[in-house]
Amino acid sequence: MNNLTIVQTHKGLLEKKFSALELTKFFLNKIKKRDKKIFAFITVTDDLAISQAKEVDKLISAEKKIPILAGVPVAVKDNILVKELKATCASKILENYVAPYDATCIKKLKELGAVILGKTNLDEFAMGSSTEHSAFFPTKNPHDLTRVPGGSSGGSAAAVAADLCCYALGSDTGGSIRQPASFCGVVGLKPTYGAVSRYGLIAFASSLDQIGPITKTAEDAQIVFNAISGKDPLDSTSVESPKLQTTNYKLQTIKIGIPKEYFVEGMDKEVEKMVKEAIKKIEEMGAKIEEISLPHTEYALPVYYIIMPSEASANLARYDGIKYGLSKSNRDLLSVYLKSRGDGFGDEVKRRIMLGTYALSAGYYDAYYLKAQKVRTLIRQDFDKAFKKVDAIFTPTSPFTAFKFGEKIKDPLSMYLSDIFTASVNLVGLPAVSAPIGFKGKLPVGLQIIGKPFEENKILEISKIYA
Amino acid sequence: MINKQDVQHIAKLARLGLKETEIKKFQKDLSSILDYFNSLKKVDVSNVEPSFHPVEHYFKERLDIMRQDRAESQPEQVADKLIAAAPDKKKRHIKVKAVFK
Repeated sequence: MNNLTIVQTHKGLLEKKFSALELTKFFLNKIKKRDKKIFAFITVTDDLAISQAKEVDKLISAEKKIPILAGVPVAVKDNILVKELKATCASKILENYVAPYDATCIKKLKELGAVILGKTNLDEFAMGSSTEHSAFFPTKNPHDLTRVPGGSSGGSAAAVAADLCCYALGSDTGGSIRQPASFCGVVGLKPTYGAVSRYGLIAFASSLDQIGPITKTAEDAQIVFNAISGKDPLDSTSVESPKLQTTNYKLQTIKIGIPKEYFVEGMDKEVEKMVKEAIKKIEEMGAKIEEISLPHTEYALPVYYIIMPSEASANLARYDGIKYGLSKSNRDLLSVYLKSRGDGFGDEVKRRIMLGTYALSAGYYDAYYLKAQKVRTLIRQDFDKAFKKVDAIFTPTSPFTAFKFGEKIKDPLSMYLSDIFTASVNLVGLPAVSAPIGFKGKLPVGLQIIGKPFEENKILEISKIYA
Repeated sequence: MINKQDVQHIAKLARLGLKETEIKKFQKDLSSILDYFNSLKKVDVSNVEPSFHPVEHYFKERLDIMRQDRAESQPEQVADKLIAAAPDKKKRHIKVKAVFK
């Protein structure tokens, strides 16, 4: 039962090679043994998983037709609500918070018979690129325990890479699915903004956040994406993806754009070489390769680091020590706010709340937030123009492979540079995949494939060449 | 470099109780991050509209549809769970500290 994809698991269940319960117990056991070294999980949900597996086994023994995700064990990032389970967001302020309802994507997965193994670690409130900002513990990279798994969905990516689940859910605000997928050598998809409902995802930066799958293969990512996407009345920004013929295309007619601004000074030479080899591979299969320009690329990261904290500072105002979560006080209402938030939030979360509050404060709004939203339009126009000529854009997912613990944590700006190739995609709402293309030594390297809006299935189809 | 008073002012707006050491550190951190934003100064955005929704322009109809301003009742159990989550309560009421002395 090792290293099963979703497709293989489904086949195994149908052929009665193993029952859903046997499989679930196998994974729970493996988590007990291996996660002592990896620390991917914050909560392991034995009872829930076992009861869900038994339900699926009942259907199988009654010879009922089961959905492809039925009985397949999944791990869920701990900022996505699963009813009656803790949702800590890896923060002290939500350490004992129990979700009163299911996120829409969880409701959909449960209806399909998913088996939920547990909740995975992240940087506190999904703010970070290494899981070192988790208030509880950092997750280790399964390929090298002295290195970070990436972040913020580091727990989910590590759990998939270490085969502690068949697949996982993550969330991506500036690269939080793709960068850890790249560091851990698995497939990660950030869907088009609005393709997957955000209802039940603890809000971080609302115009950028998307939930998406982290899987072992591109085919699995398609299965999960198709299961969780769709318009949801509970998220007014969600949309029904237009029906697109995205799977019937010929490699011979496809055009891949390579943005010259994404191959920059300071990039790891070996990573650059491997990404270029991956481009060569698709070219040899018949695709046309074209150099393109996204001239406003250099502004994407500063724009992202204005918009994201601004939205975060507004979203995180809800943690007031009154409605739920950590509450500390001795005197009046103001002291409840100051003390609960001062004690409950970690360093990076405070830094971003401060940044966002500054950028939105009287006298600075026009210079920072409004200006950033205008430059965002220019960045979007770059992509619109490029996509008139090409079908997909290839870039490295990250300029380097997984870094060591402690390497970037002291200098916030150097940590922020981890998002350099991924954050612009969130600003423009496009779908993008990170697909594993090989190893530098023992460390995985990822290729980012960016698509047109709602063409998730097409970029995943292209990803199948690699994963 | 932003000064200490600025940091204290922002912290108060954000309702964050910061320790003296944190105020010093954020003064340094925020200054270097704000410097990093300065590169945006050279971008000409005259006649450029801001993008507030990343994919809005792909849709013909408006996306910012408002729902009816109407209270929708929830089952008792949901309300019970939400009340149970509050740190300080009396029966079905959530307690809030006094605003005035």
